[in-house]
Amino acid sequence: MRSNAAERNPFTTGRNMNRIRNHIFTALVWTIGITVILFIFGLLFLILKDGLPKLSLDFLYGLPSEIEEGGGIGPMLFNSFYILIISLIIAIPLGMAAGIYLAEFAPDNKWIGFVRICVEGLASVPSLIFGLFGIALFVELFEVGLTILGAAVSLAFLNLPVLTRVTEESIRAVPQDIKNASFALGGTHLQTIMRVLIPVAQNGIITGICLVAGRAFGESAVIILTGGVSTSGEMWDFNLLSPGANLAVHLWYVQSEAIVPDAADIAQKAAAVLVCIVLIINLLFRIPLWLSSRKMK
Amino acid sequence: MLNPSTAGQSVAAGELGSSLKSRSGKPFDRKSRLFFTNRVFRYICIGCAAFVCLILLAILGLMFRTGVLTFQDVSLSEFFFSTEWVPENEQYGALPFIFGTFALTLLTLAISVPISIFVAVFLAVMTPGWLKNLLRPVMDLLVGIPSVVYGYLGLTILIPLIRDLTGSSMGDGLLAASLVLTVMVLPTISRISDDAISAVPKRYVDASYALGGTRFQTVFKVMLPAAKSGIMYAVILGMARAIGETMAVVMVIGNTPQLADSLLKPTSVLTSNIVMQIPNVPFDSTWNYALYMMGFLLLVISLLMIVAVRLFQRKGGRV
Repeated sequence: MRSNAAERNPFTTGRNMNRIRNHIFTALVWTIGITVILFIFGLLFLILKDGLPKLSLDFLYGLPSEIEEGGGIGPMLFNSFYILIISLIIAIPLGMAAGIYLAEFAPDNKWIGFVRICVEGLASVPSLIFGLFGIALFVELFEVGLTILGAAVSLAFLNLPVLTRVTEESIRAVPQDIKNASFALGGTHLQTIMRVLIPVAQNGIITGICLVAGRAFGESAVIILTGGVSTSGEMWDFNLLSPGANLAVHLWYVQSEAIVPDAADIAQKAAAVLVCIVLIINLLFRIPLWLSSRKMK
Repeated sequence: MLNPSTAGQSVAAGELGSSLKSRSGKPFDRKSRLFFTNRVFRYICIGCAAFVCLILLAILGLMFRTGVLTFQDVSLSEFFFSTEWVPENEQYGALPFIFGTFALTLLTLAISVPISIFVAVFLAVMTPGWLKNLLRPVMDLLVGIPSVVYGYLGLTILIPLIRDLTGSSMGDGLLAASLVLTVMVLPTISRISDDAISAVPKRYVDASYALGGTRFQTVFKVMLPAAKSGIMYAVILGMARAIGETMAVVMVIGNTPQLADSLLKPTSVLTSNIVMQIPNVPFDSTWNYALYMMGFLLLVISLLMIVAVRLFQRKGGRV
């Protein structure tokens, strides 16, 4: 009797359909979600599994070799950090100042709207274009050739808009009350920015910087064009005008152009080192933030 | 920058007449110093903001100025509609690369957008809190993994796999490149869509459940439409990344300037062609100008997408 009624009632069948659809949907989302997550961990595992066990200090510190086996990645690794640090030294003050201007000083008019579009536009420019710009600037205009300096400056240009946006957003997110309290105590605008707004916004700014640092560390297209694919072949070469291949470029170079017999081996290890360092940069910056945000709660 | 001597003199000159009225007696007092540093700081900030704009304009101007020289030797129609890219023979047809870029981007989006939206729904709606807190940082970390590493994985794992599965001899081509790009843009698209879905006001969701909607109905009829502009933003960002990506694509696409009429045929896109050829080309040659023109095209495409994002934001109101 009851089943009879259920068959006749259009709402009940609709509900059954809905329930089935809902179950299928739930199952589908869970499957895709779990698959993607497993896939991600699988990828990380794959990169690290082959390379990490074979790593040795000789490899990390050793000089690369063009023909023989057993080349290391010392100069590339050094160049990676050197270029990263120079580009951050250039980009952080410029980017933060521009961000502070947009968040604090900028009047709300057409001209500032244009500046915002410029920043957003620059942030979306493909990294390769910065490489082309770097070539035109450093190789053609200043005629210094492929150098660490050119690579670092081009990289700084690449990171500038991201830092600007991150700074602006973090400073805008600071509660108005805190800012007003500083003004009420007689703080000038500069004092308010330096002692109140930036410390409160530092969470967001540091996350942004670590994002940018990770990206700059692994950037290769810009470096190939402006820094070249080779190094000076010496360790601790602080000369700004020596060729500036970094680890990411070396990974590509070894995998596709080099003629060393153990290229696959070097590539495996270089990839593992690259991923490890990017993970470490992210973790190092994030753990203190994570701890401090826990303490705040 | 600071110029205490002149500022001090002016205060001192004022003091001669009315020493009692002067504020502190010191030639360059705290108040005017603060005022002055404030001013200077403000100008420095304005200068930096202007500098950022200047870089974009300089890049645009330079790419255009260099690129446009191509058309001294090559006609517009040849550059855009010819498929013959043989710079040694003075043939500069960029169609294979332009087509390759668009085909690659569309293919990548066709694979990655549905998966990303499912992952975003998974993260935003279905997972318990602790798993969310674990997975979101992992997704963020993935965005930071260098593109060469993805390319390397594609070269060493994906291409042999494609070779085995399809029986083709090369394995390089649009399929391999789009799969690698899918893995790269997936974290970006799904994390931003996840944020957009999580930002849907809870009362909408509650209202849907109160009307007897199932989770399926709530997600598809309430949450996704409400998060639409945020998801579009995510897709456009993913698209920008796919178009501009260089090294990962270079390693798996085969770098052959021919029109890709099959997914498994080695081809080339704008970015990969530029990066492979430009180191070997003299700056003052039509070949180099043509490469810069291709860079200018990339630039214009990416700027157009930013305009599209702006339009979406204005229409959707919030992201």
